[in-house]
Amino acid sequence: MKLRLTLNGTARQLDVHPMRRLLDVLRADLALTGSKEGCGEGECGACTVLIDGEPVNSCLVPVAQAADHEVVTVEHLADEALMSDVQAALVEFGGTQCGICTPGIAVCATVALEREPDASRERLRELLAGNLCRCTGYQLIIDALADAQAARAAAARGHGAERGTGHPGATAS
Amino acid sequence: MTEWIRPPSLDEALAARREHPDFMLLAGGTDLMVGAIARPAPVGVIDLFGLPELSGVSRDPAGGLRLGAGTTFAALLTDDAVRTELPALWAAAREVGALQIQARATLGGNIGTSSPVGDSLPVLLALDAEVEVASSRGTRRLAYDEFCTGYRTHALGGDELIVAVHFPADIGRRVQAWRKVGTRRAQSISKVMFAASVERGADGTVTLARLAFGAVREQPIRALAGEQCLAGETPDAALAEAVAAAVLTDIAPIDDVRSTADYRRTVAGRLARRFVLSLA
Ligand SMILES: Cc1cc2nc3c(=O)[nH]c(=O)nc-3n(C[C@H](O)[C@H](O)[C@H](O)COP(=O)(O)OP(=O)(O)OC[C@H]3O[C@@H](n4cnc5c(N)ncnc54)[C@H](O)[C@@H]3O)c2cc1C
Ligand code: FES
Ligand code: FES
Repeated sequence: MKLRLTLNGTARQLDVHPMRRLLDVLRADLALTGSKEGCGEGECGACTVLIDGEPVNSCLVPVAQAADHEVVTVEHLADEALMSDVQAALVEFGGTQCGICTPGIAVCATVALEREPDASRERLRELLAGNLCRCTGYQLIIDALADAQAARAAAARGHGAERGTGHPGATAS
Repeated sequence: MTEWIRPPSLDEALAARREHPDFMLLAGGTDLMVGAIARPAPVGVIDLFGLPELSGVSRDPAGGLRLGAGTTFAALLTDDAVRTELPALWAAAREVGALQIQARATLGGNIGTSSPVGDSLPVLLALDAEVEVASSRGTRRLAYDEFCTGYRTHALGGDELIVAVHFPADIGRRVQAWRKVGTRRAQSISKVMFAASVERGADGTVTLARLAFGAVREQPIRALAGEQCLAGETPDAALAEAVAAAVLTDIAPIDDVRSTADYRRTVAGRLARRFVLSLA
């Protein structure tokens, strides 16, 4: 089946079996291997991508359902820089160990912090409940997100945000 | 190769359904896509996700809320009418999966699967909801206990689609409750689910009672003995005990991988007791 979609800001045309999982098409056909397969059953969130701005498990989306929609993967979270503030914070705080969950966490956390900039730590845990991590124990992930959140709030108040300094390419917003 | 139909309108969806009764009806895919790669691809798919006529919340002429079958739980959560008039459904939506599942999972898909652990289903029973189904022959409405006929089975005809769910006009006046008991708050399948609604008279007596459970029988059920015990009475501690005892005659839980029948009985009784105490 021939279909069109916008992928990381660029219009693409694909000729694919419609039932293939978006996750497989991204990884195998388009060499976007940032999205990971943890469970393949919608439980772990390692495969999280954005479709029209909504975080979804790409292991549960047949590629035909991405047709005519806008897909953003972890590769596109930072416009020009190497990493977004959220990604840089995860690195700095040790919110990533083996790294399998990290792309999904970064994608989901990006949405969470945009939608609920004032979320409490407890609420951040809820918003990220669809992302399982077997390494960090979550504490360091939440520390990282709370820091990114605080840096954004400080930046919004006009104080210079120091988020991500020391990491080449990290941005402040 | 699988033929893919994405109908732009409800009429075209119904025509496709009539012509291709063997095609998979796909909404958010959060039930159908689990394990799908291990199964042969379907001959065809009728893709309903995002179909405008199936999406969104509106008010029907009688004043009741009408939720399109294709509305996602994420969309229900951002709707003010749902939050204020259907707080039990809103609370259930909040505990379906997590953000990623809520973004795709639809109300119609929950009803289409009609699993005994579908989170919205006890709410439909407790709030006297009607499921609107349509085919190119016409439209009919069924109460959820007429729609669901057993373990993951329902009364949907081979040419029909679930179109919407309707709630009574005055539903916002009822006291509503929802509880899900599972191993973990998010992303977990329930051991026991409870939904309830009551209306009260000026003197505090319960004039209408609805108690419903999920995961305690082969299908979501209303606890009719419990309801009978509660209706017409004034809630107090003794009534709470009586209702808790009565609901045990309504349910028939089983032992399975998620829990034991014993645990489910204990929890179901407690949920009913606490609900009645909350009214006292
Ligand atoms: C990780 C994970 C967590 C989950 N957590 C929960 C949970 O907490 N609570 C819960 O209740 N469920 C949960 N589910 C199950 C699932 O998300 C829900 O049942 C959801 O509502 C299904 O909706 P869908 O749109 O994705 O359905 P689909 O998978 O697209 O379809 C499900 C069924 O409904 C039929 N169908 C869909 N729309 C229509 C229609 N308009 N007319 C007729 N038939 C239709 C389909 O043919 C199919 O048989 C979970 C699933 C996963 C993978
Ligand atoms: S791989 Fe998709 S949710 Fe785990
Ligand atoms: S870092 Fe290993 S699973 Fe999260």
